Amino acid sequence: MNKLTNVFNHNSNLLSIYFTAGFPNADSTLHVLKALEQGGTDFVEVGIPYSDPLADGPVIQNSSSRALANGMSLKMLFDQLKELKNTVNIPVILMGYLNPILKFGIESFIENCRQVGVSGLIIPDLPYEIYLEKYQTLFEQNNISNIFLITPQTGEERIRKLDRASTSFLYMVSSAAVTGVRDGLSESQIQYFERIKNMQLKTPAMVGFGISNHKTYREVCRYAHGAIVGSAFIKHLETHGDDASEIIKFVKNLKNN
Amino acid sequence: MSENYLKKYPTKEGFYKEYGGAFLPPALEEEMKKITDAYFAISKSHNFISELRSIRKHYQGRPTPVYYCNRLSEKYGGRIYLKREDLNHSGAHKLNHCMGEALLARYLGKKKLIAETGAGQHGVALATAAAYFGLECEIHMGEVDIAKEHPNVVRMEILGAKVVPVSKGLKTLKEAVDSAFEAYLKDPVNTIYCIGSVVGPHPFPMMVRDFQHVVGVEAREQFQDMTGELPDSVVACVGGGSNAMGIFSGFIDDEEVALYGVEPGGRSMKTGDHAATMMKGKPGIIHGFKCYLLQDEDGNPSPVYSIASGLDYPGVGPEHSMLKDIGRVNYDMVTDKEAIDAFFELSRLEGIIPALESAHAVAYALKLAQKDPRKSVLVNLSGRGDKDIDFVVENYGKQYGIE
Ligand SMILES: Cc1ncc(COP(=O)(O)O)c(C=O)c1O
Repeated sequence: MNKLTNVFNHNSNLLSIYFTAGFPNADSTLHVLKALEQGGTDFVEVGIPYSDPLADGPVIQNSSSRALANGMSLKMLFDQLKELKNTVNIPVILMGYLNPILKFGIESFIENCRQVGVSGLIIPDLPYEIYLEKYQTLFEQNNISNIFLITPQTGEERIRKLDRASTSFLYMVSSAAVTGVRDGLSESQIQYFERIKNMQLKTPAMVGFGISNHKTYREVCRYAHGAIVGSAFIKHLETHGDDASEIIKFVKNLKNN
Repeated sequence: MSENYLKKYPTKEGFYKEYGGAFLPPALEEEMKKITDAYFAISKSHNFISELRSIRKHYQGRPTPVYYCNRLSEKYGGRIYLKREDLNHSGAHKLNHCMGEALLARYLGKKKLIAETGAGQHGVALATAAAYFGLECEIHMGEVDIAKEHPNVVRMEILGAKVVPVSKGLKTLKEAVDSAFEAYLKDPVNTIYCIGSVVGPHPFPMMVRDFQHVVGVEAREQFQDMTGELPDSVVACVGGGSNAMGIFSGFIDDEEVALYGVEPGGRSMKTGDHAATMMKGKPGIIHGFKCYLLQDEDGNPSPVYSIASGLDYPGVGPEHSMLKDIGRVNYDMVTDKEAIDAFFELSRLEGIIPALESAHAVAYALKLAQKDPRKSVLVNLSGRGDKDIDFVVENYGKQYGIE
């Protein structure tokens, strides 16, 4: 069974953290992963830096530019991730835009993911229809879960479709905007979370984009299986670097206050 | 070419063979679907069509003339004709799609138009359209282009638009697109992204082509009126490719008419010194669509350069990408130097100062004319050069006798 599916079967109030590969330094990737696990993160999303992302806010964009300047590439990332299985046990997902993956070769990309032990992928600009038509078999044969995003504007019919096609979790973008740090939940966000909760989907859902502290994390857990923290952690790395004890403290503060 | 090419492409999902589409994060994907549905519903209504036609005639001053270049043809051979989009209101073809996009925005009840601009021509045209319809307008522009195209920045501000400087990366067109998308995503309900060329996710390449189609339709009729025949070749510069699609679409079913798209060869063929996307690029995805793309081995768009700010984009329209593959259009390039020469030739032989973008097309037409003096060539003179005069005189004046 896919490691990621397993985590969802056995836990709730999950905390997932996103960071950009090769940030703040080219060789930070594994350090950061390890410290995140030690702090109690349930699973991690590793971002593949890309120069022209259409769904990332300024904080993540900035980390991507720095990672690219550090020389990070898919080739370098897979080299680093050769040690993944010896470094952490928690599931790891990669998040990246389609063009670098196509350029790398999607078949060899998926093959590399399987070999190093990546459990799932988030490719925000890969449309669902094209995934079904071209890539679903490839993903499934390699036991890689494709994670779909939904937004407050996604219609019910489409959500039901995505629910049926999901093998791990649905990623709820918490507002129809790019990533970034926000404070507290708005009335319209809560309505959206409740609407999804009331749909009683088979697939668990995680809320991402805009979660920055223990309070919002806990609030979100009332409606979903857990929360994904991105920009707030990148900001932490900007100020504190990849120091393990600081990362562990950051995660513990988020999870337990 | 099969009859009714324009009905055949794009497909319902916005594909031109393998190119185009909408490769977008869900938030944007859903907005694009809404715009597509609205476009199909509204743009085919009688009211929309007649309002746009009235605007074209009374506000833009269309049809723009086709003009025979007497002295230029005498010097270079051949018969060289210009489709005078420089005489379109606001000085370039860009207003053709801006009035369409802004009219659509008004039908949709949008309050604000957002766009990127390179040379500032699309920005000026959109600011013009916004003023006409009483909408707000926000234009994202790279800092390098702001410095180079200063007169257009001033024009946008006089027209009441807000110009947002973009300081990321190379501070030119690609980064301006990133920035404009970001601003649009913050409020897709009240704003609409009015892209500046036949690029971006579906439905933009189709919409912009449809709004530019008027250029080709007019030019075909005018040319036949004037000469009793069709031109042997039609030439246009290609940045994203809107002016080229406009004029090509009028002749695309006329197999005997050769079509030439001219890309900027810049100062050399080294990466970062040109923007010859179709000559040097490989299929890839940028800004939500698939096209020929100048990219590095990791799939990040490469740095690009051209003397013409409106041409330096690492991608190109998906339809052009297909037209290259199927061989209907020939794509070639012209260097900075050749474009500057043509800029002065057209100015001094015909009294028409072209935009540096358009000067690329003129330069190529001169080559065709020299190669085959018996043939006729129709150039889409996409814009006038007022915006470029300070830059040209400062950097090249001496070589052309201006102290
Ligand atoms: C006069 C003129 N021609 C051409 C272009 C290039 O755009 P496109 O290739 O979409 O026609 C521009 C862009 O700014 C322009 O200002």
